[in-house]
Formats: sequence, structure tokens, C-alpha cells
Amino acid sequence: MAEELLRVEHLKKSYQSKEVLHDINFAIHKGEVVALLGSSGSGKSTLIRTLNGLEDYQGGTITFAGETVHPSKATWLALRQRIGMVFQSYDLFPNLSVLDNILLGPLKVQHRSRAEAEEDARKLLASVNLADYADRYPRQLSGGQKQRIAIVRALALHPEMMLFDEVTASLDPEMVRGVLDIMTDLAKRDMTMIVVTHEMNFAREVADRVLFLSDGEILEDRQTAEFFAHPATKRAQEFLASMEF
Amino acid sequence: MLASGIKVLFAGQNMQRLLGGFLVTLRVAIIVLILGGILGVLLGALRTLHNRPLRIILRIYLEIFRIVPTVVLLFVAYYILPQTFGLNLPGEEVAVLVFTLWTAAEMSDIVRGALESVPVHQKESGLAIGLTQAQLFRYVLIPQAIPVALPGTINLATRIIKTTSLLLMISVMDIVNVGQTLVEANGHKNPSAAFWIYGMMFILYYILCAPLSQWAKRVEKKRLERANG
Ligand SMILES: Nc1ncnc2c1ncn2[C@@H]1O[C@H](COP(=O)(O)OP(=O)(O)OP(=O)(O)O)[C@@H](O)[C@H]1O
Ligand SMILES: [Mg+2]
Repeated sequence: MAEELLRVEHLKKSYQSKEVLHDINFAIHKGEVVALLGSSGSGKSTLIRTLNGLEDYQGGTITFAGETVHPSKATWLALRQRIGMVFQSYDLFPNLSVLDNILLGPLKVQHRSRAEAEEDARKLLASVNLADYADRYPRQLSGGQKQRIAIVRALALHPEMMLFDEVTASLDPEMVRGVLDIMTDLAKRDMTMIVVTHEMNFAREVADRVLFLSDGEILEDRQTAEFFAHPATKRAQEFLASMEF
Repeated sequence: MLASGIKVLFAGQNMQRLLGGFLVTLRVAIIVLILGGILGVLLGALRTLHNRPLRIILRIYLEIFRIVPTVVLLFVAYYILPQTFGLNLPGEEVAVLVFTLWTAAEMSDIVRGALESVPVHQKESGLAIGLTQAQLFRYVLIPQAIPVALPGTINLATRIIKTTSLLLMISVMDIVNVGQTLVEANGHKNPSAAFWIYGMMFILYYILCAPLSQWAKRVEKKRLERANG
């Protein structure tokens, strides 16, 4: 089995006094694709935001690439270059062109040379079939195009792991496929990924494993085929029954 | 009778003095706008940080400068600075100091509001690609906040120009001051002189402020059109 990349142990997270993640434990190996499933409010977003330092946590440890994360601003600044994240609301920066959106991280955070970073960015744009859009501004793009570029913007830092939080949830149906294809492609190229999604067919196709979250607890941590064929808990059975696919 | 007063405007050095005073007002307004603007942007940015004590202190600063009339602040600075701190600044500098602090307070509120109008997702997207707080301000938040802050800033500029007429109070050779002197020197002979002098001042201030006010309206309209379309 491949090397372990991420380990989460006894993670606890509260908003004010309300605990929303209770004792979360799991590990992810390099190249693994994990679907994080669960009904609305179960804590999926909170969990993956915590893994990118966008939320603090009140207990437990996160270990990334063998190193325990000591939560501090500096730690997360460094880690965010290695853990990319894409959100539901494709938030390209409206004041920057597509190319400048993509280059901001490589140039200002990683201090790479413009020539090299730009060549890289154009290659990435081509890989999502948007090579001709480098000089456009976000307001001139469709939702699907924006989301593909948001993915490219995260990939431009060459992260070791990617987090996706319902990246197709606000897209028009005809735009969804293009974005899912990019993620499928990434999975094939052995990117380590945690994917929160309501696209069950996609999860079943692409994920190696499923983490099923319910009320802030991981109720199931199973191989994908097993989870879909024989959900062990009543909650998971109900959840799968409620999803149309 | 009314027409005879107009002679006062053009008698001797009067027109020159009037315009000279107007230029002092303008100079103070411009210096104040620049200094207060820069300070206000910094304070406004600080007010968006999650630092409670800092936010409270800056909030109190804003409220003081907003609640206490500017003329009172001017008097306090003009009489108390020299007496209590032995600081003897020329009138124009005291005015610049007070107006700058006032402008910075108002400006900080405009800037804070504009920065906070940028959706939180923009901020998180910036953090997610590893930007530091300073880079986030520079490349993401400030460029998006500028169009939001512009109309309010232009309106503030208009208010600054109007408020600088208070300089009369601390005997800077400001236009209102010159006008007042002229009225007093000529008033008993020529009662309509006041009409012409104040009328002239009205026109000068109007020429300065009306375009700004129009500009602010246009900018805001354009921004709203863009936001909705
Ligand atoms: N900023 C916040 N302050 C307080 N409570 C919050 C906050 N964000 C989320 N919560 C609560 O935490 C719990 C988990 O929310 P979370 O957004 O992680 O769920 P989710 O599984 O991502 O749901 P969805 O599928 O609707 O996106 C919910 O009970 C929610 O109300
Ligand atoms: Mg969510």
C-alpha cells in the first residue's frame, strides 16, 4: 500500500459551545480518492475546511506527510500550498484576468519565475480545454468555466492533496459533467483527493473509499463498492435511499 | 442699491484677498484629504481584523470625531494644545491636524464598510491559495473595495471642503474670514456688500463641490449597474 499522506485523530470541533465534529478518526494514503458523504448539516464542509486551516479545532491531531500539524498561522500558510481547496462558489477574483487568477499563488506565494509559472498555467488551462480564455475576466465566463479555472488555480501550486467541497452544487446541470471529468482525470493521475459531493454516481465511479458522516461522526469508513452495495448503518441506508441516482 | 454693493467686491485688493482665502481653504482641504485618506485606509483595514480591543478603540475614536462638532474640536486643539502641552502650532497646522484626524475617522468607516462588502468566499479563496493577510488585502480585498468606497470618498471630499470654512474660527486667512472682514469694513456704507461677498463665496464653493457631488452620483450609479448586470 502507498504511503500515508493524511491522518486525523480524535478531531473535535465546536462552533461557540456547540460541538459539530466529535472524535473524527481516519487516514488517507497517497493517491487515494475519498468521497466524504452525508446529509446536509452533518459536518462535511466543516471537516474539510478544518483540513485546510480555515477553521480552528478544539481537540485531536492532524498529521500531514508524516508531520504533526501544530496549528498556527505560519503552519497553515505553508500547508495550503500543499493542500489545495476548491469551493462550491467558484470564487475567482473578479479584479484579475483568468491568467492572473491562476498566477497569483505561484508568483506571490511560491515566488516562482513568471516565465515558468505562466507556461505551467497555460498548460493547465489547456488541460481543462480553456486555453483561449487566459485573458478573459471572470464575469465573461459561465459558471462551469469559472469552476474549472478555480480548480486550475488550486492545481497551479502543485498541491499533494486536493479538497473539493461540493464543487458542482451551484452549476447548471449541463455544466456539471465538464467539472466532474476534470476531477476524474485528476483521480486517474493519482492525485490524493477528498471529495464532498452529492453526485452519487460520480462518487461511486471515482472514489476508492467512502467516509459517511452523520451528525459530526464518521459512521462508516468503507470501500466504495461495499458502501454502496451494503451500507452498514441505518443512517447510511436512509441517506442512500434519499439520493436519486 | 443692490447693484452698488458689487463695487466692494472689486475695490482695492478685495477680489484678490477673497480668492487668496479660497486658495487657503483649498490647500488645507487637499492636504487633509491626502493625509486623512491614507490614515483612514490604514485604520479601516485594521478595523476589519479580528482583534477586539483594537476594533473597540478605533470605534471609540470614530464616534468621538463624529459626535463632537468639528468646530469644538478645532477650539479644543487651538486653545488646549498650546496651554496644556506647550505646543504652539500655527493656526493652519492645527486645522490640518484636526481635520486630518476627523477625515481619517470618517474614511476608516468607509474603508471598513467597503472591505467588509467583499464576500467572505473571496477571502477564503485567497487564503486557500496560501496568501498572507497582507497579500490578501493587496491583491484581493482592496482592489474590490475601491469601487465600493469611491462614491462615499468623493462625498467626504465635498464635506471636507465645506467644513474647512470653519477655519474662520481660528483666524486663518480663509475665504470666509476675508469675506467677513470685507463685510465689516464696508457694511455700514454699503449694506448690499454682504450679499455680494457671501454670494461670491457661495459661487466659489458651489463650483468646487457641485462637480464632486455629481461625480459621486455617477460613480455610484455605474457601480450599481455593474453589480446588478
Ligand atoms: N459558522 C458557523 N457557525 C455556527 N455553526 C455552524 C457554522 N458553520 C456550520 N455550522 C454548523 O455546523 C454543522 C455542520 O455544518 P456543515 O456546513 O459542516 O455541514 P455540511 O455537511 O457541509 O452541510 P451541507 O451539505 O448543507 O453543506 C451544522 O449544524 C451547522 O449548522
Ligand atoms: Mg457543506
